Amino acid sequence: MSTEVKLTCITCPVGCALTVRLDDAGETTVTGNKCPRGAVYGTKEVTNPTRVVTSTVRVAGGTDQVVSVKTATDIPKGKITDCMRALEQVEVQLPVHIGDIIVENIADTGVDIVATRSLR
Amino acid sequence: MSRRREDIVIIGGGPAGLAAALAAREAGIRKVLILERDKELGGILNQCIHNGFGLHTFKEELTGPEYAEKYIQMVLEQQIPYMTNAMVTGIEVLENNDKCVTAMNKEDRLVEITAKAVILAMGCRERPRGALNIPGTRPAGIYSAGTAQYYVNMEGRMPGKEVVILGSGDIGLIMARRMVLEGAKVHCVAELRPYSGGLKRNIVQCLEDFDIPLYLSTTVSEIHGKERVEAVTLTRVDEHGVPISGSEWRVPCDTLLLSCGLIPENELTIGLGAQMDAKTGGPVVSEHLECSVPGVFACGNVLHVHELVDHVSAEAEKAGRFASEYVLASESKTCKSEVADASERREEGWE
Repeated sequence: MSTEVKLTCITCPVGCALTVRLDDAGETTVTGNKCPRGAVYGTKEVTNPTRVVTSTVRVAGGTDQVVSVKTATDIPKGKITDCMRALEQVEVQLPVHIGDIIVENIADTGVDIVATRSLR
Repeated sequence: MSRRREDIVIIGGGPAGLAAALAAREAGIRKVLILERDKELGGILNQCIHNGFGLHTFKEELTGPEYAEKYIQMVLEQQIPYMTNAMVTGIEVLENNDKCVTAMNKEDRLVEITAKAVILAMGCRERPRGALNIPGTRPAGIYSAGTAQYYVNMEGRMPGKEVVILGSGDIGLIMARRMVLEGAKVHCVAELRPYSGGLKRNIVQCLEDFDIPLYLSTTVSEIHGKERVEAVTLTRVDEHGVPISGSEWRVPCDTLLLSCGLIPENELTIGLGAQMDAKTGGPVVSEHLECSVPGVFACGNVLHVHELVDHVSAEAEKAGRFASEYVLASESKTCKSEVADASERREEGWE
């Protein structure tokens, strides 16, 4: 017995139509991908789906400014809401440099939140 | 009023303008000036905080601000001058075929910049409600998707809590996800056409990930509410886009986002008298990206709306090179008289 899942790859704008076969042993086979990244995505999506989360955090000091941030790598889909709620509480001091770690280990994912722009 | 003299003036400091400036400098043009209307360089990329940019150009997945910052850094390293908060009000062709660009900002006041070549890199704007003929009242709570994106991502303000999105362009899809992540309820995305205008990956990661329904062949046939949007009426349309009577349903909401297409911003191009293309909304250009007005080049979304910023950068590099070739050719042609001109101008305080 094996199950088949049809997916659209979200790794790049091409959006390949993937077929992921999951056999009893838990092994996956991905077809329909035009590049290796598609195979990685297909396997992850049926075993442990993940996303990179991009958002903003407030600048301290009562200004209206925000700084854009992202998770340094993808985090489990189930952790996205926790990640967003944790970011609501965050305020950063200026200056911020692109790549600065804003929050370590966001929502216990083991992944850091990093700034995606510089702001003085 | 002050005057400046440049070899190439670039109108717009977004992805197209930045890449064009770098290419011109690389081609050996010393006097390049970027004019930017906003308070900072980077253009629309600054508010596109989602990732997915730069796979072609940098072989990595970047967010919009990260992509912009790479180019801005290169422009700073090359010490290419730029003016921010600078509004260009017109471009004229002078008798000797030079161009005169009129711009203004707070510090420099009114500036007249004479240049051998101009690169148009003004980008595009969103189709507004007024161009969509949606019946109903005119309450607060109706935004183009990009305006809502600016509020949320640049100013940290939420435009509403209960959202309906009309149009399934990529900005609309991206904003559906963004509004949900920030705590709003996105009821649905309605698309007039029988297919989405957005990338498949965005349908998946922005709508399906959050169980937001996408209604194809559906439009907003009425907006309700006096002071603030209270609801919209959605209606199915037939294969000609005509609303099907009896198929209406009402969706209570306080916000309607419009993602119904982008229009190249060509007021300056039209003012210059360049020949326009009705299909693209941009100027007609040669294979050298030169408009019908010699020495005026166009690239990026002002020429035609691009799907990927990587393509904008690639096209803008070409425009920068072609404009440079034009400048270098005109210099070698008029070498002697130019030298005389330049010394006269120095005496007049032009440089």
